[in-house]
Amino acid sequence: MLEIRNLHAVIDGKEILRGLDLSVKAGEIHAIMGPNGSGKSTLAKVLAGHPSYEVTEGEVIYEGRNLLEIEPDERARLGVFMAFQYPIEIPGVSNANFLRLAYNEKAKSEGRDELDPLEFDDLIREKLKVVEMDASFINRSVNEGFSGGEKKRNEILQMAVLEPKLAVLDETDSGLDIDALRIVAGGVNKLSNQDNAIILVTHYQRLLNYIEPHFVHVLYRGQIVKSGGKELAVELEKKGYDWIKGASARV
Amino acid sequence: MTQVIKEKDNIFSAYKFISRTREGRDPAWLVNLREKAAVAFESLDFPTTRVEEWKYTNVAPILKVQYRESFDPDPNGLNKLSAGNIEPFTFAESRGSQLVFINGSFSRGLSNLANLAAAANGCVVSNLGEIPNEYAIVARDHLAAYADYRDGAFTALNTASVSDGAFVYIPDGNVVETPIHLLFISAAEGPVASHPRVLIVAGAGAGATIIESYVSLSEEVYFTNAVTEVVAKEGAVIKHYRLQQESERAFHVATTHTHQERGSDYASYAISLGARVARHDLNVALTDENIETTLDGLYVVTGEQHTDSHTTIDHQKPHSVSNQLYKGILDGRSHAVFNGKVFVRERALLTDARQLNKNLLLSADAHVDTKPQLEIFADDVKCAHGATVGQLEDEELFYLSTRGIAPERARALLTYGFAEDVISRIKLKSAREQLNRMVLDKLHQSLEVE
Repeated sequence: MLEIRNLHAVIDGKEILRGLDLSVKAGEIHAIMGPNGSGKSTLAKVLAGHPSYEVTEGEVIYEGRNLLEIEPDERARLGVFMAFQYPIEIPGVSNANFLRLAYNEKAKSEGRDELDPLEFDDLIREKLKVVEMDASFINRSVNEGFSGGEKKRNEILQMAVLEPKLAVLDETDSGLDIDALRIVAGGVNKLSNQDNAIILVTHYQRLLNYIEPHFVHVLYRGQIVKSGGKELAVELEKKGYDWIKGASARV
Repeated sequence: MTQVIKEKDNIFSAYKFISRTREGRDPAWLVNLREKAAVAFESLDFPTTRVEEWKYTNVAPILKVQYRESFDPDPNGLNKLSAGNIEPFTFAESRGSQLVFINGSFSRGLSNLANLAAAANGCVVSNLGEIPNEYAIVARDHLAAYADYRDGAFTALNTASVSDGAFVYIPDGNVVETPIHLLFISAAEGPVASHPRVLIVAGAGAGATIIESYVSLSEEVYFTNAVTEVVAKEGAVIKHYRLQQESERAFHVATTHTHQERGSDYASYAISLGARVARHDLNVALTDENIETTLDGLYVVTGEQHTDSHTTIDHQKPHSVSNQLYKGILDGRSHAVFNGKVFVRERALLTDARQLNKNLLLSADAHVDTKPQLEIFADDVKCAHGATVGQLEDEELFYLSTRGIAPERARALLTYGFAEDVISRIKLKSAREQLNRMVLDKLHQSLEVE
């Protein structure tokens, strides 16, 4: 589904990704871990197409297409989704309008029927259950005045509505208390299936107690320096990132 | 100076025309008022940009046009306009309570007061030129009592030209639930100048919702010079919607004066979308205690449009509250001006006054001049004011794009979101929906909003 080869990316003249390789297949959950500043969020933003990041080398192939040549909105309609670490507040735009517009844009591009407000209301009520959200949520302005946990749940709600093939969750666990973490992780688990793939970008191992990855990768200085199964996350938790830094320095 | 006098003689001879055509038909007090205003007009000059209050709005283009007299009620067969022609400008809630004026002349055929007759005891909604005798004294006492024709050439010209116009009188204690729509339509072929006049008097404890709208059936150059006076007596509650949707080649200069007495509650929603050059002065005098005043505004300008909103909120006595929120959206090479003054007089202790002007620039060529001003002469007051000018946020646009929303739609959604809090305060459903559509259409957006 996704092939990243020798990816180099720059922001404000500073190289953050320095030759990153990653291969993700349908049905897989990958965790990308690493210390602060290692390039985790940059990877997520490059995949989503953030205009501030410039790819200077390498390629990203998504479903046989060169992802880097595709505009962000088109990527989304093709099934790429990023859950933001810091979801953006949009005053004056109701969650319902926003979600329906997003849903219909994707439906239209796939040749499916668009939903009117009543039909969408039925759909959203089902999706709200995934993240244990109250229906009042969808009448509020997008993320405005939401608590940290509500914002993250709203990201997963969007994922539930859009049903992406490839979901990149950027630090979705950060700032969550244990209940919110359980709900968010539960939502992701419900949405995970054999046809989609999920990349979890996280600093801490605790998210992986709730969402079990098939692969764990350690990102350091813009490269994946170590890959393994879920036991790698446990080892990281025990030994800390200094162990990787040391190992990497010796290489 | 010679130039100015020439313009006044050539273009604005309407008041001379009116005194001829209506000779013997109007009461003496009205004839007298017109004559005094005409004298004042002769001695006043139109403002230039050297006058501080008109620094950013140049009226010279308005004065250059040769306008036709607009007092013939049927200059172009306009009386043949059908209800269908004006239907897009009417509101579901007020189709049975509307006064319609075409190029400033009262249209009996298109006006419809059926719902008011049943609903409102003693409430008078009529053409200013045809007020029932027993209420003429109300008009005489209040007309031109607040909009001083000695203060400016435009108001003087309007007053010197008063003939048809809207008169709304709600007697003491009478709450009229049905909104009353005063619809001013410009429809002539060729440039006309019209001078709409509105007088709204709400008695003690009375309540009313008034929609005052200025629209166009043509894309012509024309000039609307409107003056509105609103009186809210003790405890009266007035909601006043003002919608300016003139042709984008037209000129619109208007003044609203509101006089509030003890315990009254006046809320104004001023929406300005049209005209090549638009200027609206809104002056509210809070003459007593425990008054509430809300001034909400939204202006949306594109292309070469110019819109200027001047407001004055005058707190004269203690314990009153005013809230003002004006928002502006500017695209193309448009220009907007906001000038909001809040006076807190020496005796106006414990005043609570808030004023905010926010602007969204959609284009690098759009320009806004904003000047919120607070002048406080009293102690122990709560006052806040501010102004912002911003653009659409790149991070918000990116966020929407990652959800599959194309850039144009994302811009539309964010622009709509910017205006939403002003629009959502409009309680009249059909007016709110119509405004939603107009704002979005105006910005060439096809976004469907519930």
